[in-house]
Amino acid sequence: MMKAQELADQAQSLWPLDVESCVDASSGIVELCCKREQVPHLCDWLFNHQAYLFAGLIVEENTSRWDLFYLFVGQGKGGCVRVRTSAALEERQFQSVSVPVHAADWHEREAEDLFGLVFEGHPRLGDFILHDDTWQEGVEPMRNNFDPAAALSNRQPRENACPRRIVDVPGAFVMPIGPVFSGTAESVHFQLETVGEEVLRAFPRLFFKYRGVEKRAEGCSVDQALLLAERFAGTTAFAHAFAFAMAIEQISDREVPERAQVLRIFVAELERLRSHLSTIEGICASTGLAVAANQTAILEEEALRLSGSLTGHRYLFGLVIPGGLSRDCDNQACRQSVIKARDILQRLDGIDKLLINTSSFLDRIEEVGVITQEQAHSHGLVGPVARGSGCCSDLRRLQPYGGYDTFDFETPCEVEGDGYARLRILFAEAKQSVRIMEQALERLPAGPVFLAGEAAPGVVPVGVETPRGATWHWLRMDEERKLTRYRLITPSFTNWHGFHLAAENFAFQDFPIILATFGLSVAENDR
Amino acid sequence: MSRWVLKGLQTGIVTTRYPGGEEGAPGISPGIPQDMVCSGSHAEALALRCPTAALQREKDQISVLRERCVHCYRCARGITKPIQWERGFEWARIRSDAVVFPKAFQQSLHIRVIDAGDCGACLHEVKLMNNPFYNMHRLGFFITPTPRKADILLVVGPVTDHMKRAMLKAYEAMPEPRRVMAVGACALSGGVFGPGFVTGSGVGDVLSVDLVIPGCPPPPLAILHGLLTITGRKMALQDDKPAVPGGGT
Repeated sequence: MMKAQELADQAQSLWPLDVESCVDASSGIVELCCKREQVPHLCDWLFNHQAYLFAGLIVEENTSRWDLFYLFVGQGKGGCVRVRTSAALEERQFQSVSVPVHAADWHEREAEDLFGLVFEGHPRLGDFILHDDTWQEGVEPMRNNFDPAAALSNRQPRENACPRRIVDVPGAFVMPIGPVFSGTAESVHFQLETVGEEVLRAFPRLFFKYRGVEKRAEGCSVDQALLLAERFAGTTAFAHAFAFAMAIEQISDREVPERAQVLRIFVAELERLRSHLSTIEGICASTGLAVAANQTAILEEEALRLSGSLTGHRYLFGLVIPGGLSRDCDNQACRQSVIKARDILQRLDGIDKLLINTSSFLDRIEEVGVITQEQAHSHGLVGPVARGSGCCSDLRRLQPYGGYDTFDFETPCEVEGDGYARLRILFAEAKQSVRIMEQALERLPAGPVFLAGEAAPGVVPVGVETPRGATWHWLRMDEERKLTRYRLITPSFTNWHGFHLAAENFAFQDFPIILATFGLSVAENDR
Repeated sequence: MSRWVLKGLQTGIVTTRYPGGEEGAPGISPGIPQDMVCSGSHAEALALRCPTAALQREKDQISVLRERCVHCYRCARGITKPIQWERGFEWARIRSDAVVFPKAFQQSLHIRVIDAGDCGACLHEVKLMNNPFYNMHRLGFFITPTPRKADILLVVGPVTDHMKRAMLKAYEAMPEPRRVMAVGACALSGGVFGPGFVTGSGVGDVLSVDLVIPGCPPPPLAILHGLLTITGRKMALQDDKPAVPGGGT
């Protein structure tokens, strides 16, 4: 990994005629502008040779041209790179980068579906976000000239739409699951192709819950968009609201009082603890271990009540606002919270000790749902899933935000890549979260928790490590202080892309367990 | 395995006394704003702060449309003379006088949950009704995976276009008598997501709704209260406020 300027210079020396570079002074992000043909080479170079991680693709339709930004993440300040390519609006053809950078696969499918762009060389475009059995081809909702009224009145769904099959051998059949299945599962459809016991191909068909959040945010004021940012994924609401607020603060160069900064980290770690408890509960429940599931459910409910009594809302809604927090949490309440969190952790540790001595449980998750390190890297997986497979990226370390660089904590990492490795990561991270909460409590300064300020126009990407992994919020605001583009790159979107790798070549009865060890949210993916 | 049994026994009983007794543990409810009388200009300022038009102002009177409230706390924080919030959870409301719950529903209910585009929070609260704190089974409530055995269709989320057909199919598969329950601000009025080009403004657009539970998300006890209302063991909220405009009844 090299410094921003060095990287810009080297890119220019490798492709002297095609690549222009500049360094964004305020954010320290290197921008490499290149021609459309050059994008796959440049992305390949960054991803496969310079050890940058692929964060996402952001498509913007600006006044007279397309701007495509491929965002890459490296270490430290100035460690982010964005590759930019532009084309006139009539041009729809771009080169696919998903062969050298497989992590871009779903990003290109999304851009094809919502903007009508075509990515040459991509093996599988079409039916993705807008389902063919609800919408006809040619509806491009993210375009500026999209008319919702006309699209709705003129809908011609393909009645015989049918997801495609891959396995073509005698006796092969498809096991469809969902979108309405199980007791309280989120809406998602799985197509499991098989010839008998083993799942040969697994296709999650997502976006049953597509709410068009990115489109709805366009033209919104900051206050309106905050509600969307916070509520599109209710189980990790705080992390996303945190990212949104930081984006507004960076664009507008707004100060956040120190107390609010520390409290934000305090609450973000409380949310991580709660979210991990929920995932652990899901894993125990999926293996049918009722006592363990109920024991963890008790802890989870206690964490929810703790969040509720500390901040007013069990899922931490309405707490973060640009400029700080909407309310203060007094020191005594924070101290009580840490005591309670320690208590939860101690009991969680007891459950952990019992679990590792329960062979019937371990048999179901050990060497099940394996993701190799190469797969995790090529699919750009994030969060506990990636850290269970030896890819130890953590935005709190890689791109420290909100003051995380001053905290002492570890990023646990395992290499086996199976369900058990992911479970161990969850237990270890829960410990680290409480450790961070303790440190935050110790240094909690006095003072206000909110500073008023004005919004300013600009564009910024902000990354936050949510409980499920890295999220990126890309935000562009115009002169009238309205959002013109709000791109949400979420950890669930990233990890659903790699989910099939874990489910394939395992038996049917392992499927719910593998699903639980991933701990994914459909709402966060579907937006 | 015996250690697990021991562990379970050691934990004792954590289940709430509700509905037999009161439940007042901290953090069980996000609260909801209450009606208020104040000066006309302040009432207007408060109504303007509300992003979902849950606060309706009439002269110096603010009345709260609970079905629209998303607990953003903008009427409670960062403002002088905030609205008072109540901490209860008995918010369930029967949609119209015409709704009568069958006698067969008075003992036990089987519920098919439909996630029609919720953010995960409402669904999670529904799921939590099964945890040891709320333990809905003790009251005769069961979540069933098949609509064929369901009495109640419990819908969360604003009903996205992609989920509409699946939801209707589940409803059609249910035997009579059947009733529909809409849970959470999105299912009631579209919440912050609807109506839009891919979402409707709640379940009322598609199905006739019998019972509504406001909240974003409603806590497990609020949903339990709703189910108890259906069985006739609790009274629904009595108020004469009009149904949410555009919410579809």
